[in-house]
Amino acid sequence: MSVAVRLEGVHVGYLVPRERIRSIKEYAIRKLKRRIFFDQFEALRGVSFEVGTGETLGIVGRNGAGKSTALRVIGRIIPPTGGRVIVAGRVAPILELGLGLHGELTGRENVMLQGALLGFSRAEMKRRLDRIVAFAELEEFVDAPLRTFSTGMAARLAFSVATDVDPDVLLIDEALAVGDERFQLKCQARMNEFRRSGKTIVFVSHSTRLIQEICNRAVWIHEGLVVSQGPAAEVAEAYHEWSVGGGDAPPLPSPAARPPSS
Amino acid sequence: MSAAAPPVRAALPVYDSARGGPAALEEARALWAYRGLVHELVVRDIKVRYKRSILGLTWTMLGPLLNMATLTLVFSALLKTSIANYPVYFMTGFLFWNFFSQSTSAAAFQTQDANAIAKRTFVPRSVFVAAAIGGALVNLVLSLVPLLGILAVTKFPFHATWIFLPVSILMGALFASGIGFFLFTLASRFTDVREMYTVFVQVWFYLTPVVYHISIVPVRYRVPIWLNPMYYLVQTFRKPIYDGELPPLDVFLPSLAVAVVCFLAGWLFFCRRRDSFALMG
Repeated sequence: MSVAVRLEGVHVGYLVPRERIRSIKEYAIRKLKRRIFFDQFEALRGVSFEVGTGETLGIVGRNGAGKSTALRVIGRIIPPTGGRVIVAGRVAPILELGLGLHGELTGRENVMLQGALLGFSRAEMKRRLDRIVAFAELEEFVDAPLRTFSTGMAARLAFSVATDVDPDVLLIDEALAVGDERFQLKCQARMNEFRRSGKTIVFVSHSTRLIQEICNRAVWIHEGLVVSQGPAAEVAEAYHEWSVGGGDAPPLPSPAARPPSS
Repeated sequence: MSAAAPPVRAALPVYDSARGGPAALEEARALWAYRGLVHELVVRDIKVRYKRSILGLTWTMLGPLLNMATLTLVFSALLKTSIANYPVYFMTGFLFWNFFSQSTSAAAFQTQDANAIAKRTFVPRSVFVAAAIGGALVNLVLSLVPLLGILAVTKFPFHATWIFLPVSILMGALFASGIGFFLFTLASRFTDVREMYTVFVQVWFYLTPVVYHISIVPVRYRVPIWLNPMYYLVQTFRKPIYDGELPPLDVFLPSLAVAVVCFLAGWLFFCRRRDSFALMG
């Protein structure tokens, strides 16, 4: 099986200002005194895993474990400060719906802007527009300013754009809870469609139930390290038990945590 | 670390963090790929600015016109200026200056928008600087309409040297981009850059012969003006319209040099720090 995403010993060190220096004046003073400005916060400390083409991989871990950072590194949003990231194919990150939406613009104008944010040309988006609006079921409202939409309607539009762009790799950060129940079912159906058509999905969630349902494999990240990886059911189960047990003791790396042989 | 790339279908674009050339080239490639976004951002800013307004786009043209009227009154009375056709003299300089100050300030003010977006999806941040310049360019072109109006009303002759203007505008845009990249980079880190620049650009305006002519400055005080890049750039725009002649070499060459050098310096300064934008949060 070919590999769609591969992380090899990936480090991400955020630069955290030691004290927030926000003005040039302060900066100049400190520079003269040779004070250090940044601490490195290592959100990922040597993470390795692979996602095969057509696989659905779940990432679990508690808050601040580095799950979202892992998604961002795959999505090219953050450059790794160490190690290597390889992604084959067009990536669509759905980390936050409604990115760049503007209330004063119409639904149609917002679709064009969203498409451009995902790297599509105007001509391409014009072709996709009707289908996107149809999926969101917003044909009647497409020329009204977005501020007149309900939150759910706006989210539907955003989801339609994000998933219509035919990505090879889909990154999802708990963005599935969109719209009313009927639309949620439609979203699930679209997710399944993605999986059936051989798209690769990387999915971050706190819901171990959802991970078990949707994913075939899972990775558990704890404090920037991979604790275990393997079949979704097993990893999710282990994570669940650890969480129920209070989640205090650091989880022991299981044999499965070894980086994939390559 | 294994060197072998994973087997992939040949047609797919592959992102490999270990590969990729110098930052300046990578960013240029990404900016080109996202040129559609620059267009959308410019359109968005124009649309949003004039939605829910009665006069809409006319404001772009009305703004310089009203400014021109006020300043013409003030300065022709105050300076007892002997500049012939002062409205045309003033407006040619003012429109060009406006383009410069608008585009550079906009670049400094783009950082929040850029951060909000670039934290959630992959977008080269240079797109936002380009959009700032692009928006001001649209304004400049639109404000040529009231300028034509002034020319018509004052029966000012229309010169063939106008065809030089695209070159002047291009040089102005290069210079403004260079400054814009510096400002954007600094403003991402320090919040007070915007306020500082707002004040600075005001002072700079009066240090550039826009409302006055360099001849009213005593010769011994002219050195700061000669060192001012905008002194030359403004002339490349003004001369073809106001004097009906092409900018002489001692205006054109300094303009070209300063535009190219400033652009490259700003671009490299920006690109060297492009990774830290994302890592700084």
